[in-house]
Amino acid sequence: MSAQATVPSVHSGALSYGVHPHDHKELSADAPIEVLPTPAEVLVPLVQHIGAPNDAIVKPRTAVAWGDVIGRSEAFVSAPVHAPIAGKTARLKATTLPNGRHMQAVPIKAEGEQVEGRALFDDVYGGDWPLDEIPEDRGAIVAAVREAGIVGLGGAAFPTHVKLSVREDRPIHTLILNGVECEPYLTADYRLMLEAPQPIVAGAMAAARAVGARQIAIAIEDNKPQAIAEMKRAVAGTPIQVVVMKTHYPMGGERQLIYAATGLTVPTGGLPLDVGIVVMNVGTAAAVARAVLRGKPLTHRVVSVTGEGIATPKNLLVPIGVRYSELVAYCGGLKPDAVRAVAGGPMMGFTLGSLDVPVTKGTSGLTVLTDAALKKAPETNCVRCGRCVDVCPIRLVPTRIALAARHKAWDIARAYHITACIECGCCAYTCTANIPLTQLIRMGKAELPRS
Amino acid sequence: MHRKPRVFEATADTGGGGAAAPSLHVAPSPHLADPSLTTRRMMVDVLVALVPVVGMAVWVFRWYAVLQIVIATLACLAAEAVFTSMRRRTLTLGDFSAAVTGVILGLSLPWSAPWYIGVIAGVIAIGLGKAVFGGLGYNVFNPAMVGRAFVMIAFPAALGAAAFMDPGVALRVATEATPLTLAKQASQGTPWWPLLLGTVNGSLGETSALACLVGGLWLCLRRTAAWEIPASIIATVALFAGIGQFVNPGSPMTLAHHLLGGALLFGAFYIATDPVTSPLTFRGKVVFGVGIGALVWVIRTFSGYPEGVMFAVLLMNAVTPLLNRWAYPTPLGGPAPAAK
Repeated sequence: MSAQATVPSVHSGALSYGVHPHDHKELSADAPIEVLPTPAEVLVPLVQHIGAPNDAIVKPRTAVAWGDVIGRSEAFVSAPVHAPIAGKTARLKATTLPNGRHMQAVPIKAEGEQVEGRALFDDVYGGDWPLDEIPEDRGAIVAAVREAGIVGLGGAAFPTHVKLSVREDRPIHTLILNGVECEPYLTADYRLMLEAPQPIVAGAMAAARAVGARQIAIAIEDNKPQAIAEMKRAVAGTPIQVVVMKTHYPMGGERQLIYAATGLTVPTGGLPLDVGIVVMNVGTAAAVARAVLRGKPLTHRVVSVTGEGIATPKNLLVPIGVRYSELVAYCGGLKPDAVRAVAGGPMMGFTLGSLDVPVTKGTSGLTVLTDAALKKAPETNCVRCGRCVDVCPIRLVPTRIALAARHKAWDIARAYHITACIECGCCAYTCTANIPLTQLIRMGKAELPRS
Repeated sequence: MHRKPRVFEATADTGGGGAAAPSLHVAPSPHLADPSLTTRRMMVDVLVALVPVVGMAVWVFRWYAVLQIVIATLACLAAEAVFTSMRRRTLTLGDFSAAVTGVILGLSLPWSAPWYIGVIAGVIAIGLGKAVFGGLGYNVFNPAMVGRAFVMIAFPAALGAAAFMDPGVALRVATEATPLTLAKQASQGTPWWPLLLGTVNGSLGETSALACLVGGLWLCLRRTAAWEIPASIIATVALFAGIGQFVNPGSPMTLAHHLLGGALLFGAFYIATDPVTSPLTFRGKVVFGVGIGALVWVIRTFSGYPEGVMFAVLLMNAVTPLLNRWAYPTPLGGPAPAAK
C-alpha cells in the first residue's frame, strides 16, 4: 500500500479516548512573553536531544560569543549545542536533568555585552520572515537546521534534521504543525502563536519544502480561539491550513494528533514518517525559520512558568541552560504551599528535586503545583472498573499491564503490548483505586528483559 | 501562615536551589488526578441507583422488604468487619462495597425468608464470596450471588418456589405464585402491566422491571455500570425468547415474561455489572452478556428451576478471567513488534 497514491486530507477532529482535566491555562495565558534578563551564569548540558552524545569542543576559560558551537557530535542522530549568552566557559560540571539522566554540562559566565530585552525578542522572533528567501535546495534547509542544533521543542527533543531528512522509500505527503498544547497549565506555544505567528509560518514552509510535503496544516485545540484567529490571519496567502481539534488530552501526542486529523494510524514501534507524515511543534517551526532565514542557532526558547504554587505566573523567553531557580525568582518566588515543581506539564512532566538544574531545549514549562491539585487518597485494590481501558488512547488494558509489571510477569506484560504504551498518564489520572498505573508501566518498560 | 514567599537567590554555585530541595517532593507523573473518581463513589452510585428498586420492594412487600434488606446489610457489614480484622487489615467498611453486597443480597431474597437466612447468606457472601480470595478486587464470583446460591441449596424449603406463597399474611401478592412459576408449572400467563410495575410475587428486588430500568439506566449513564453488559444480556434473552414465542406461540412463557418477569433486569443492571467479576474490555463484556443471556434462557426453559439469573451470573463469573485474556483489544497501530 502506497501512502503516495492517496493523500488523506487533514481535517479538524476529536479524540474518543483520553481524558479532559481542567486546563488551568488561565493562570498564564494572558501573560505576554517577557525576556528574562541575561543570567550571571548558564549551565549548558552537552546532550539535550535523543541520540548520540556530544563532545565539548571548547576548553575551560575560553571566551565564547552568543551562538558559538560548544558541543557537537559526528553522529547523524545528534544535535550540536551552542552558547546561549556571551561569556567565558568554565570546567565541565555534572548536572542531573529532570528525567534523571546525569550529564556533563558547560558552565558559561556572562561577560561582555549581551543582547537584552526587546532587541533579543526581535532577534529571535521579530522582524520580517520573507518566504521567498527560503532556499530551493532541500539539502541546504536540512543542513541549516542541523547546524542550528534544533530538536523537537514540544518535549521529546528528537533532532529535527533527522525528521526532515526524507528517505526515498518513505515519501512524505503531509506536514502537521503541532500547536495543540494539550498539557494542562502550559501556555508557551499559545503565546508564541499569538506573538510570533510569522516565523512559525516561515518555518512551516521551510520544513515542508525540505520534506516535499504537499499538504501543510497547523493543528490547534479549540480552547485557544485567539491563537486560531491569529494563525488564520498569518497563513493567508500560503497553502497552510489551520485545523481545529477538540480539546482533549492527549491530543498533542503525535500518534493521537495524526489519528484525529487524518485517520491514519502510526504503526506501533514506528514513526509518523511510516504513514507519510511529519509532525512538528510550532516552537520548533519558529526555530527552523530562524535557522534557515537568519542562520542563527537554537539558543533561546519560550518557557511557561506557571501553576498555583508560583507567585506570578509568566511566559518567559529564556536562554537554554538557565537554572530553574532563576525563572522562579524572576516570577516572584514560590508560594508557601508549593509542594511539587514539575519540568513540563503535570500529566507527563518530571518533578525537580532541586531547582538548581538547567532548562534544556525540550523544556516547555515549569509547573509548580500545590497540595490542593495533587492526588492524595491511598492506593486500594483494583476493582476492574475499566476506566483505564476506556481512556487509554492506545487501546491497551493498563490495569493488566501495570499489575503484571508490578509482579514482574514479563510474559503477560509483553503479551498485552507493554511497549506500545506512550505513558500519557490518562490511566493513572482516571484510576478509581489510585493505583500509579503509568509509573508501574514505565518501570516495567525499563525493566523488561530484552528477549 | 504568615511566611513570605520563599525567593531563591540566583547564584552561580550550587547553593542557589539547595534551599528548595527539602520542601519540593519528587513523584512520578501524572501529577493530576480526577478527584471525582473513587471506589467509594462507584459504590455510592450503586446504592443510589438501588433506591427506586428498594422503594418498589417496600411498596409491594411492606415491612417484610425492610426487614430482609436491613438484616442482610447488617450481616454483610458485620461479616466484613470481622473478616478484615481477622486478616489484620484496615477496616474497609468505608468503601461501601459490603453495603452494596448486603442490599443486593437482601433484594434477592423472598419476602418470606426467615431472619437467619439473610444472616447466613450475608456471612457466606462476604466470607466465602470475598474475604477468602483476598477482599474487594480479588474475588472471582459475585459475593451476593455466592451467598444467595449457598442458602438456596442449604435451605431449599425456605427459598423454593413454594416459599413465596403464604395466604395467611396480609400481602395481596403473597397469595399467588411468582409469574415465572405460574407460567412454567400452571401454564398461566400474567399481564405485562403488573410485570412492568412489579405488583407481583417474587424476590424483593426483581418484581419491578420499571424500577430496575430507571436505576439501571442511571447507573449506565454515570458509567459506573458498563452499558454493554445489560444491553447484551437483554438483547440475547429477547432474541431467544422471541424465537421461542414464534416457534411455540401458545406457551405462557412469552417475551414479556422473559424480559419483565423474574430477575432478568435486576440481574442485568445490578448484579452482572459488578466490575470486579465482569470483563474489562468491550468485546469481553459483550461475550459475557451474551453468555449470561443464553444461560438464563436455557435454565428457564429446560431446567427444573423457574429462574436462572443467579446461576448464569455465577457461571459467567468463572469465565471472566478467560475472557479478560482472550478478548484483548489490538493496540492502535497494531501489536507491538517483537523485541529485537
